[in-house]
Amino acid sequence: MLHIKCPHCGMRSQNEFSYGGDASVKRPELNKEVSDLEWDNFVYNRKSLRGKHWELWQHLSGCRQWIKVERDTATHEIFKTLKADQEIS
Amino acid sequence: MQKYSIFNLVKNAFSNHENWDLAWKDPTPKTEYDVVIIGGGGHGLATAYYLAKEHNITNVAIIEKGWIGGGNVGRNTTIIRSNYMHDDNALFSEFGMNLWRRMSQDLNYNVMFSPRGIINLAHSDAQMNVYARRGNSMRLNGIDAVLLNREQVKEIIPMADFSENVRFPIFGGLMQPSAGTARHDAVAWGYARQADSMGVDIIQNCEVTGFDVSGGKIKGVRTSRGEIKTKKIGLCVAGSTNILAEKLNMRLPIETHLLQACVSEPVKPILDRVVTFGAGHFYISQSDKGEMVMGGDLDGYNSYAQRGNLPTLQHVLTEGIAMMPFLSKLKMLRTWGGIMDMSMDGSPIIDKTHIEGLYLNCGWCYGGFKATPASGWTFAHTIAQDRVHELNAGYNLNRFSTGHLLDEKGLGTKTWIS
Repeated sequence: MLHIKCPHCGMRSQNEFSYGGDASVKRPELNKEVSDLEWDNFVYNRKSLRGKHWELWQHLSGCRQWIKVERDTATHEIFKTLKADQEIS
Repeated sequence: MQKYSIFNLVKNAFSNHENWDLAWKDPTPKTEYDVVIIGGGGHGLATAYYLAKEHNITNVAIIEKGWIGGGNVGRNTTIIRSNYMHDDNALFSEFGMNLWRRMSQDLNYNVMFSPRGIINLAHSDAQMNVYARRGNSMRLNGIDAVLLNREQVKEIIPMADFSENVRFPIFGGLMQPSAGTARHDAVAWGYARQADSMGVDIIQNCEVTGFDVSGGKIKGVRTSRGEIKTKKIGLCVAGSTNILAEKLNMRLPIETHLLQACVSEPVKPILDRVVTFGAGHFYISQSDKGEMVMGGDLDGYNSYAQRGNLPTLQHVLTEGIAMMPFLSKLKMLRTWGGIMDMSMDGSPIIDKTHIEGLYLNCGWCYGGFKATPASGWTFAHTIAQDRVHELNAGYNLNRFSTGHLLDEKGLGTKTWIS
């Protein structure tokens, strides 16, 4: 079982969290002219990395905050967690 | 190639079965092939077989990083069905059902196809309506479907929970009597043996390290066992699709996720159908060895681990026990995981790409095994003719840009919600 360190609540079990996908995906700027490819890349296309992967999780059965987690998709090791508004370093 | 028959079995018995031909060879890669298939799983092996059989293209190599049949074709729950509502899925799958029905004869290999029927249980009036609609769509496409009421379901699977005060009472179900199961390893081995006999090189322990692309055209593939020249490459690598796409600077509407399955200790025959729980995601059948074969949800986060975690297994088996309480008495024998190429609309992709000579076969989500013959057949056609067949026209890559999603289950972009 994964143990995820919520930046607000501390170390908790995976059971309290729900997954939200790739955290590196950025929505194209509002009201900007967007090409089809840019929009596809935002909505559908994913790198789905093998190895270190920044992703969104929600502490659904805890503080209900969205957080960012850096996790290895091959070993499930978790390296780092951030609050949702903190930039990935 | 020696034919597998009762006569050859008897003949070889006199030499203690020590003189059988190898089922497939272990060739050294040649410097050039007409077509290179990457991925020696069910779909890759089937593609090579149909390239040789239907299109007379035999100068073909299958490149496999590990060993053939070691990925998802050896890790699934062996269910075969075509109970889809949308035309694109229904016609494709039903075409596959016809290939399944004669596969053992075609391949001269017993794949133990067992058309025992699948029942999707319904737990509300609304769900019965949805199933009636799906069943009608299936019948319009020539697929057998029977809507069962509670009493009829009880007659077929009396061991399910039909008591009154349960959270998810069984209202009825939708049955496809011709659906069933097959021996998954035999499918891989059968295709491998026939493809090999027609001249296909099956090259195992050979990892792809890069591609030679120039002027927008495929020129070759670089592997751990040397460079191979080719003008056509078929990519059939399921959960590893994104890893190879990255080497081609492609981004695909695919995420790789982990799916677990498990079997119980073997018990005497009790369940002679495939049954799915309608109020969650759980499916069960009984293998010929007597094990209860079970599966359900994805673990729910991107993963290449081929190894799952307990919370999902617990969740899935809770659903199983709600559906068939006797399961709680069984001991678990084995659990395992495979990595799924989850597409963003839950439907697969079999298509050409923007690179000339590169063909894509991915996005099989939970349903790759049953699609093996139809996927191989249509992918072989797409590669050989350099155009898609009408059966896989709906499985195009650009549907995500144009908005023509094939959303059988309406999962949208959140592949992990199911």
